Amino acid sequence: MGLIVNQNLINDETGKALEELCPFGAISYVNGKLDISSACRLCRMCVNKGPAGCVSYEEEKIEQIDKSQYRGVCVYADSDHGKIHKVSFELIGKAIELAKVISHPVYALLIGYQTKENVEELLTYGVDKVFVYDHEGLKDFDIEKYANCFADFIENEKPSSILVGATNVGRCLAPRVAARFHTGLTADCTRLEMKENTDLVQIRPAFGGNIVAQIITPNSRPQFCTVRYKIFNAPKKVADPKGRVVMKPVKEEWLNSHLKIKQIIEKPEETDISEADVIIAVGRGLKSKNDMSMVKELASLLKANIACSRPMVENGMFDARHQIGLSGKTVKPKLIITLGISGAIQFTSGMKSSDCIVAINSDPDAQIFNVAHYGIIGDMYEIIPELIERIKVDRYV
Amino acid sequence: MNIIVCIKQVPGTTNVNIDPVTGTLIRDGVAAKMNPYDLEALELGLQLIEKNGGRLTVVSMGPNSALEVLREAIYMGADAGVLISDRKFGGADVLATSYTLCSGIKAVKDYDLIITGKQTTDGDTAQVGSELAEHLQIPHIANVRQAEVKGDVLECVYQLDSKIYTADITMPCLICADGGINTPRLPSFKRKVEYGKAEDRIRIITFADVEDQDENHYGLKGSPTKVERIFEPDKDVERKMISGTDLASKTYEVLKAHKFV
Repeated sequence: MGLIVNQNLINDETGKALEELCPFGAISYVNGKLDISSACRLCRMCVNKGPAGCVSYEEEKIEQIDKSQYRGVCVYADSDHGKIHKVSFELIGKAIELAKVISHPVYALLIGYQTKENVEELLTYGVDKVFVYDHEGLKDFDIEKYANCFADFIENEKPSSILVGATNVGRCLAPRVAARFHTGLTADCTRLEMKENTDLVQIRPAFGGNIVAQIITPNSRPQFCTVRYKIFNAPKKVADPKGRVVMKPVKEEWLNSHLKIKQIIEKPEETDISEADVIIAVGRGLKSKNDMSMVKELASLLKANIACSRPMVENGMFDARHQIGLSGKTVKPKLIITLGISGAIQFTSGMKSSDCIVAINSDPDAQIFNVAHYGIIGDMYEIIPELIERIKVDRYV
Repeated sequence: MNIIVCIKQVPGTTNVNIDPVTGTLIRDGVAAKMNPYDLEALELGLQLIEKNGGRLTVVSMGPNSALEVLREAIYMGADAGVLISDRKFGGADVLATSYTLCSGIKAVKDYDLIITGKQTTDGDTAQVGSELAEHLQIPHIANVRQAEVKGDVLECVYQLDSKIYTADITMPCLICADGGINTPRLPSFKRKVEYGKAEDRIRIITFADVEDQDENHYGLKGSPTKVERIFEPDKDVERKMISGTDLASKTYEVLKAHKFV
């Protein structure tokens, strides 16, 4: 399997063309010979878009696994000291849709201590079975213990797909378990679909840029993915839950750990932008930190939280907790005003489901305008001070 | 103590587009750089070495051009670098990448602690560190904001959603540094002059050097996930463009129409 170069067809013309075509600079044409380096990501651009026949892609026959051995779409119910994270309910909503396509049951997996209320809550969202690992030793999240319980669940129940919320816990646990089963894991999916052959279609932004990749796990099970909070919608609660609860025994040896937790404190109270109703987000269009005063004034008039795009964190102007985007937080406010943000998918994937998006940018071609409901082409330095005045005047009248 | 810090060379820009005519990927030609989150992981490692003594090795997986980030790390204070590079390792997803790193690290030497950055700016998955720990069968903690050696354990302060944990973890172990935890130092000009290309401090590991010689575990073959297609996201949002003069008033009208003012 891999790329095969047909050196007979390589000449100055095709060689140079291929060299230029490769988006990763992996192809070099030197002394009449074409070479593909380890920078190759097998995007197959050279096969599909290059001069015909020069580079071909050979697929190897691989033994296929029996997918019918794996049944169920499972949601990991992320419980933080007795409170289930809302992303888990959103994932149950999606899991119900996905399972319907292949007539599979919907499972929830819950690991923790004193889980009774959580179990009942999960049932009200319409899952078919809740699998529970409940033990005093599982009170606080400990990666080794939780991964052991998770692995036991997979070994015994053989779910086909597993959806995990991209919380700090989920991002730590899902990869650990996926690696144990040598299976695929796709991070931060923004869309999920189900094929009739039970392959989970996982769609996520790729190459950090403005491109979306559709990913499948064609020959491994279970297929793991993580999804961030506020991407999907929680389902309506059912009046008469019919799901079953399966209590799983917890073996003492699973509770061996190299971790000794000494203290757990609540994170100091701070406004979490992912919960905000109104957000003003600033990007590279902001010239200096001093200019934040006008942004702050507008924010206080609109009772808005202030957030930013990734470059503002990288240049040290903002703390990472205020960052919206794939590497920051996902937000879904009633109103978001973006100021001087170009709108790479890195950023927009974290805010495009906001109810009302107002984008101010002086570049008429800025990509932010592709997701904005109102695109205002203009200089934020002219618009904001005037807008502040306008709002103030209106208040005093 | 021996510390390994995993670093990656990432494109200088994340701005990749699809050419509407040819359907090919276009990257604008900004020079590659060290993943900014790895700089923080490296800084954390260097501070631990300064306090406790020992040796810091940076490990990177990638093409030959990644030697540049290894050198940069050496100029910043790392003792040695390892490049894991082979065409057989290309096209790797999270599983195959973490497995290859694991094989490379096993071929390196003893370590007490491995530090990774929060995530890369080109892959954005934040999963390679956790998978690497599983392959190496060592405990790990993610989102680490502070770490200090206390005898034979490492005391870590880390953030899990709404809580901040303090815990001791036995070494050898792996920690994934959180973002925004320190200000990475700049490369030292003196070290740069002294070490030059630092060839004697950098080792290259290829497929021939790893213990597991089954090609099916590396690169595209060892990747359970497959990219079926790449495409441009929908641009189907109903939108209204506003330009010209009096933009502040027009913006105000929009906010008023939606009852935000």
